[in-house]
Amino acid sequence: MTQDDVLVIAGRSIRNRFFLGTGKFSSRELVGEAIRAAGIEVVTVALRRIEPERRSESILHQIPAGVVRLVNTSGARDAQEALRLARLARATGLGDWIKVEVVDDSKYLLPDNDETVRATELLTADGFVVLPYIFPDLYIARRLQRAGAAALMPLGSPIGSNQGLQTREFIRILIAETGLPVIVDAGLGAPSQAAESMEMGAAAVLANTAVATAADPVQMARAFSLAVAAGRAARLAGLPPPGLPSASSPMSGFLTQP
Amino acid sequence: MIPIEVFRSILERPDPALLEKMTKEATRLTRQFFGRQIALYTPLYLDNHCDGGCTYCGFNRNRDIERIKLTSEQIATEMEIIAGWGIDHILLLTGESPQSAPISYLLAAVQLAHRFFSAVSLEVYPLEEDGYRQLVRAGADGVALYQETYDRTRYRHLHPCGQKADFDYRYRAPERMAHAGMRRLTLGVLLGLTDPAADLHALFSHLEALQYDFPGIEYQLAFPRLQPLAEDKPAFAAVSDRQLLSAIALARLLFPRVAISLSTREPAAIRDLALESAVTCISAGSRTDVGGYATAAMAPVQFAVRDRRSVVEIVDMLKVRGFNPAYTDWRSLGDYDE
Repeated sequence: MTQDDVLVIAGRSIRNRFFLGTGKFSSRELVGEAIRAAGIEVVTVALRRIEPERRSESILHQIPAGVVRLVNTSGARDAQEALRLARLARATGLGDWIKVEVVDDSKYLLPDNDETVRATELLTADGFVVLPYIFPDLYIARRLQRAGAAALMPLGSPIGSNQGLQTREFIRILIAETGLPVIVDAGLGAPSQAAESMEMGAAAVLANTAVATAADPVQMARAFSLAVAAGRAARLAGLPPPGLPSASSPMSGFLTQP
Repeated sequence: MIPIEVFRSILERPDPALLEKMTKEATRLTRQFFGRQIALYTPLYLDNHCDGGCTYCGFNRNRDIERIKLTSEQIATEMEIIAGWGIDHILLLTGESPQSAPISYLLAAVQLAHRFFSAVSLEVYPLEEDGYRQLVRAGADGVALYQETYDRTRYRHLHPCGQKADFDYRYRAPERMAHAGMRRLTLGVLLGLTDPAADLHALFSHLEALQYDFPGIEYQLAFPRLQPLAEDKPAFAAVSDRQLLSAIALARLLFPRVAISLSTREPAAIRDLALESAVTCISAGSRTDVGGYATAAMAPVQFAVRDRRSVVEIVDMLKVRGFNPAYTDWRSLGDYDE
């Protein structure tokens, strides 16, 4: 992989394609350690669940300068609530990068795709950089693209479930059919699944639970980061197509020539 | 819901190997869905006037105790003290008296609370849907309402008067809250009022039905255990520590993503144990006497606080045990009104 392989979102160049969520850790300090150890460049923070910056224990103090703070709207149940949260993020100096997360189901935390489209329309009109968290559906993806989304964040499986790429084939379709960067988000339980996402052509991967609840979260953040880089390198290198092994010899081409 | 016989066998004829398995699985699920974050809150009693005759309660209207209702100045004083400890989520409580603590009083308290805290919940008598709607608009995020017991006969016997005598009005209140847009509902039974297996089975069935009808609500379960007032002891079924911890583990197995809280009714040792397996939300620094934070007087209490650790002590305990104390947990969206 060359140094030139960067993911560009809203003019920002990102080299480390592993994004880290900051919830569920056993301490705030550990989040900072994981970010530094794995060279994380983009983290998500849940606006409704973080202590404001004025408080000394705020997670925001653990995020090194220069790291993109992608604010998620978790806790929003509809588009209007997502908009209010985004505006608060901006007003409190958290920037313009918003991961739209609209969930109206507390059992599986599945995203409401319709409200997510609506929220994306409202937010892009207000000048935000919008990365919507979705169930991977092609029509929704196209509508989001038209609405000006900066990337798509389809779930691999329900949040926190560690079930991996259950939606693999649908994510493949989004990668093939939309021009937007596809960032696989939610449900990944192991670095191998992150690598697979990248081999499939995902632009980046986001994980939280698998890192935060590992016995050693700092090492797990590094492991994910390495796996994402490896998967990306494999994608760029061009994976050989799967299939039965076939004999190939210098004669093969010769024999089939007319 | 799984059959009641399973509850009965877990609570009454426990197989140690099964309990061990249950607790391990509960711990795994809790860590998976909640990580090591523990949400903190502190209760604030506003008013101990009560129309209820709940025979087990320290605020029962028939008890000859000093009745206190805080003024808004007093409420602000109490809140300032609690906020000074770093607490960001307040639970406002009153007795069961709409006359003494009408909606207007509750609304004023919620609005005041938002000057000090990012999340405000209430534990008050059940309201009409419109009452809940007004509370939501004022910035309340959650309501805790315990059915006490789902055994109608026992309920009638224990709650002879006041609005609380109406079982169904209380039972249907969570639906009214949901229709009114309340975001977080806390349900529970008062363990020890009657057969715990039957009550827990009914409670979990109630929660399951609510989840089906109102999937967007964030649900929470609480496990208050009765500490009978001395003279009442013979009238109640004691729930053992083992039964309590089994009930909490069972709740986690059945509701992996539901928050579970355990109050300072329980001693430190039990709370610390339950934190390891399933509890995700604890109160700290609690007083259950009206005005207790400012005056430290010996006012009558609703129940005796058995975990008397301060917020600082609770936070230290959490950190030592590898937990991350969360002060801000679902900050109110009401904060963001433009």
